[in-house]
Amino acid sequence: MRQDRGRVLSSLMAKFRNFDQAEEALQEALASAFTHWNRNGIPHSPAAWLHAPSRKAIDRLRKARRDEGLSQDIVLLSQGDVVAESHGVTDQRLSLIFTCCHPALEPKSSIALTLRTLGGLTTTEIANAFLDAETTLGQRLSRAKAKIAQAGIPFRVPEPQDWDERLNSVLKVIYLIFNEGYCASSGASSVRVDLCEEAIYLARMIEALRPDEPEVLGVLALMLFAHARYRARIAGAGVVPLEAQDRLLWDQAKLKEAEACLDRALALRKTGPYQIQAAIMALHSQAAARDWGQILMLYDALITFDANPVIRLNRAVALAEAGFLELALQELTTLEGALTMYQPYFAAKADLLRKAGHEAAAQTAYAQAIGLARNAADVAWLQRQKSAAT
Amino acid sequence: MKYMTLIYSDPSLEPAYGTAEFETMMQGYGMLNEALKTAGVYVAGDGLQDVETATSVRVRGGKTETMDGPFAETKERLGGYYIIDCADLDEALRFAAMIPSAAYGTVEVRPLADYGL
Repeated sequence: MRQDRGRVLSSLMAKFRNFDQAEEALQEALASAFTHWNRNGIPHSPAAWLHAPSRKAIDRLRKARRDEGLSQDIVLLSQGDVVAESHGVTDQRLSLIFTCCHPALEPKSSIALTLRTLGGLTTTEIANAFLDAETTLGQRLSRAKAKIAQAGIPFRVPEPQDWDERLNSVLKVIYLIFNEGYCASSGASSVRVDLCEEAIYLARMIEALRPDEPEVLGVLALMLFAHARYRARIAGAGVVPLEAQDRLLWDQAKLKEAEACLDRALALRKTGPYQIQAAIMALHSQAAARDWGQILMLYDALITFDANPVIRLNRAVALAEAGFLELALQELTTLEGALTMYQPYFAAKADLLRKAGHEAAAQTAYAQAIGLARNAADVAWLQRQKSAAT
Repeated sequence: MKYMTLIYSDPSLEPAYGTAEFETMMQGYGMLNEALKTAGVYVAGDGLQDVETATSVRVRGGKTETMDGPFAETKERLGGYYIIDCADLDEALRFAAMIPSAAYGTVEVRPLADYGL
């Protein structure tokens, strides 16, 4: 049903070019469908069934528009019908995600809009997932839809010259959704599996529509690698670091799928930041003794795409693991200004200081990390590290 | 759909008159004007004289207050505009990015309100 929802909604969007009207038509179709299905059972193809009643809604809205005297739109609406366009349905879902993730929208709005329209989440579920008040989220969605209509944000697959930039902004939104699930920003649990799965579902959808985009495969592989380990990563209220995880808890099917995606991406020979991050994850997942030299090389490649402080922090950790502890500590010093509010920075700093034998400085850094931790699991893990370092 | 592109920049960051960069920028504007006309999207466009020439006016309690200077004193100043008639925001953004001053300042793209007049 959830796939069907996105499919039907995007074909209605193609018709109306207006979110509110498309959603209204879908709501009406769903209401009528549930009445019917309660009586006669669920049909073989719910989507096809939904298209038919939504056509009734189109007729009604068409009439409403005629009453408003908007005759031009009626001509547009009368051309073809939703069912006849089913051959183009896949591209319409792609169009819809490009609309939702348009860089002219705030990332937070894009996330909400994408989860609402293409994911299977209700407004209440999205509000809960992001710990937002439902009214706030509703307003955010309304503002985003209004901007789409008023600023003329298109409902179509981008032109070739815009393709890379726009795809990147779609992948960014998907990866933000995943990360929100993976590093839950607050609350007792540090993984919100539903958001992780939602993000993977969206990436799979794009992958099915455009199978030869290396970065789509890259982001899918990256998320699958991370998600495959979630059962081993959380124990009670604590986060288990990679080296201490019980590998028997890793989801082998997901890891295999991740590797297959990454292989396909690399075979396309157009490297990009998501593929590199996925490759780093692959190395972390393979052997018990990790090849830090190779991981460091991949980080060197990654910072040519994106030299943001978080990536430089991760590179510094790889640098230390590869045997360059002093260089890594120097690099951390240059990053401190940019990462003063970033808990993992202080956790990494504490760890490296401890390895270098600076115990007092390590204690201070652990305390700073604990002060910045956003959930109970991180606090518990850092407390254990801090005690072990004395 | 009509869009106004508002060209903001800090004059101290723009190339100085008489330099080779200035020539390149002006050639860029010439090429852009051609491109806009060839694409059939050009509606209007002008450069503005410097903010030192600006006068602001407002009416309060029926009285007109006239002041020297622009609406807001900021480093980046409104230096010119285009009005272009595009299919959608993507097309408008593509032309906005071709405005040479976008390389020095910022171009704000706003759809014109259609009051059906």
